[in-house]
Amino acid sequence: MKHHRAHLLVCAGTGCVSCGAFDVKTALEKEIERRGLADEILVVATGCNGFCEKGPIVLVRPDDIFYQKLSIDDIPLLVEEHLVKGRPVARLMYTPPADTKPVPKMADIEFFRHQRLIVLRNRGRIDPEKIEEYIAYDGYQGMAKALTEMTPEEIIAEISASGLRGRGGAGFPTGKKWDLCRTENASPKYLICNGDEGDPGAFMDRSVLEADPHAVLEGMVIGARAIGAARGFIYIRNEYPLAIQRLDIAIRRAREFGLLGENILGSGFDFDVEIVRGAGAFVSGEETALIASIEGQRAAPRQRPPYPAQSGLWGQPTTINNVETWANVPSIIRRGAAWFAGLGTETSKGTKVFSLVGKINNTGLVEVPMGIRLDEIVNNIGGGIPGGRKFKAIQIGGPSGGCIPAELLDLPVDYESLTKAGAMMGSGGMIVMDEDTCMVDIALYFLRFTQEESCGKCAPCRIGTRRMAEILAGIAAGEGRPGDIEKLEELAWTVKRGSLCGLGQTAPNPVLSTLRYFREEYRAHIEDKTCPARVCKNLIAFAIDPDKCVGCLLCLKACPVNAITGERKKVHVIDQALCIKCGACFTACPVKIGAVSKLTGEKGRALVPEATRATTS
Amino acid sequence: MTKKLTIQDLAAMRDKTRSLTVLRDGAGRAKVTVHMGTCGIAAGARDIMETLLEEIRSRGLQDVIVTTSGCAGLCNREPMATVEIKDQPPVKYVQLTPDKMRRVIAEHVLDGRIVAEYALAVGSETMY
Repeated sequence: MKHHRAHLLVCAGTGCVSCGAFDVKTALEKEIERRGLADEILVVATGCNGFCEKGPIVLVRPDDIFYQKLSIDDIPLLVEEHLVKGRPVARLMYTPPADTKPVPKMADIEFFRHQRLIVLRNRGRIDPEKIEEYIAYDGYQGMAKALTEMTPEEIIAEISASGLRGRGGAGFPTGKKWDLCRTENASPKYLICNGDEGDPGAFMDRSVLEADPHAVLEGMVIGARAIGAARGFIYIRNEYPLAIQRLDIAIRRAREFGLLGENILGSGFDFDVEIVRGAGAFVSGEETALIASIEGQRAAPRQRPPYPAQSGLWGQPTTINNVETWANVPSIIRRGAAWFAGLGTETSKGTKVFSLVGKINNTGLVEVPMGIRLDEIVNNIGGGIPGGRKFKAIQIGGPSGGCIPAELLDLPVDYESLTKAGAMMGSGGMIVMDEDTCMVDIALYFLRFTQEESCGKCAPCRIGTRRMAEILAGIAAGEGRPGDIEKLEELAWTVKRGSLCGLGQTAPNPVLSTLRYFREEYRAHIEDKTCPARVCKNLIAFAIDPDKCVGCLLCLKACPVNAITGERKKVHVIDQALCIKCGACFTACPVKIGAVSKLTGEKGRALVPEATRATTS
Repeated sequence: MTKKLTIQDLAAMRDKTRSLTVLRDGAGRAKVTVHMGTCGIAAGARDIMETLLEEIRSRGLQDVIVTTSGCAGLCNREPMATVEIKDQPPVKYVQLTPDKMRRVIAEHVLDGRIVAEYALAVGSETMY
């Protein structure tokens, strides 16, 4: 490998790619070539850095200078100043929201400082398409150890001792799962990697596959050796083209190097994997549905037991683990169970990857030690809520999870604490909501999602979620009736108890958890026909304050339905009969004027024509 | 076709690419900074840089990091380079030529002996 003096690590995760990372990379290469520095400086495309909010990102090593939000116009300056003259460019660095001074080094940026990387250890540091770079960072050493120095029993004992639990949601102990499959007598046995990531706003698995596909492959070989499988399948949704492409390259390279296929590393052990692309149904992430999908059937769950460990793919013993679980395995074998178990809490060991989205300054992908407090994730890593708004709740675990309110921000992140609080670890989506989020509206959003994604096999899930969504829609529209809350709760428990798979068993969670922590908000919608967060369109009205309006025409021009009348320097008026409550006027009115207000309750109702008014019963 | 790896090959391959991890983690045993301000470049800092990289390549050094910095403020003594051996104070060398640079690498970077006749001073400005 050639010696360069600097490596420019261009983040090429899907997030950065979609905002022009490959253009930035090409521009960098061209400019470096033009300057005659091609022998000295290497440009590398890496997996997702996690700080997706700030893309495209370039990291200069060994200096550790972090450049963000780059455009191709910035490249000549960056190359001349930093690479030719050795002067890092402050203008292109990251400046924290509450600060004016940029932070040059990646290691000093709050977003990265609090993270602990195991699964994502190679993110933003290796080229995922180069197997040599994975090997440089101790890649396939864990597999080598497992194949030559350990018996299957010892591998399983090591994984069990590490305390690793499934990262796909339920948190079943991985060592135990493998052992159940190993002790089955039937042959052949199969191994599956579940990469069917379906939660809205979640992209953990995609990022792991894009950033470090070999880690997943290495983990699978170790698992295959432990349970005695010769064939494995990686199930990825077709919406992840970049992940599929990188994984495909990784599989081919690993085969060429003798790290997959027959007689791996000369150890006599055979194992190979293939990619199965999923069509993108949420329920395919459920293990029995996923197995059906690989078999070529419609993705519908079936009753358990028998568990896949006894009768899985084509009726054979099968071990199925999530992408993140597999990616943990190589480090555990290489560095030992005690090292892994040294991080985390009593019952939840190691780290967890979360995708942090919603009303948060630092949107992105983070890996944190188990047991970290939610508050640290939201405020230290996430950088708090934008626009000085107040934190209201955080939805953890996607549509199957629940909302955790501000009072519980002290909660440690581990399987038990989250479940007790009415949420769940899930696969790791975290959606942050501020005071402008209506909890009825959010519950409705998630419930509609699961209702649409229900496979329809179990009546309680198929019909129950639909009835619940109707009731919620009614409440949001101001048509809520006394008794609705109780009916929702009764239906929720019926759906949970009467469904075969995790989808139905967890679908009511967003409703139950918002009812648990934000019951008053539901009451306000039903009894007072008021939406405290001023979101639900039927319960709000926009008004222009005549004392504040300066007659600037901005809101008038912004209104898509011409509901605002007025002239320059004269007070504008909204025609409530025409208003569609899109909020364009609210956004258009300059902050320092603040003449447009959102009203709800009595004040709002007074404005709206009687015929369309939501009435209190 | 690529050769199938054995366990030994795997370890050898990793060790051969150690310069990659050293550079990416910024964790070298030695760091050489070439001052590349306009003054430095005008005085021949590019030749110094190329000599330095050439030496590192031909000697197969895996644990030496090369970086650049701007003008060090002593423009009449350019080209300059700072050599920093891990856990030791940095040493600034002035008025370098490719030959002088080669000697600094051989004696200071590899053997740990400061080349006093080319050195300006030991230590660096205090960072504020």
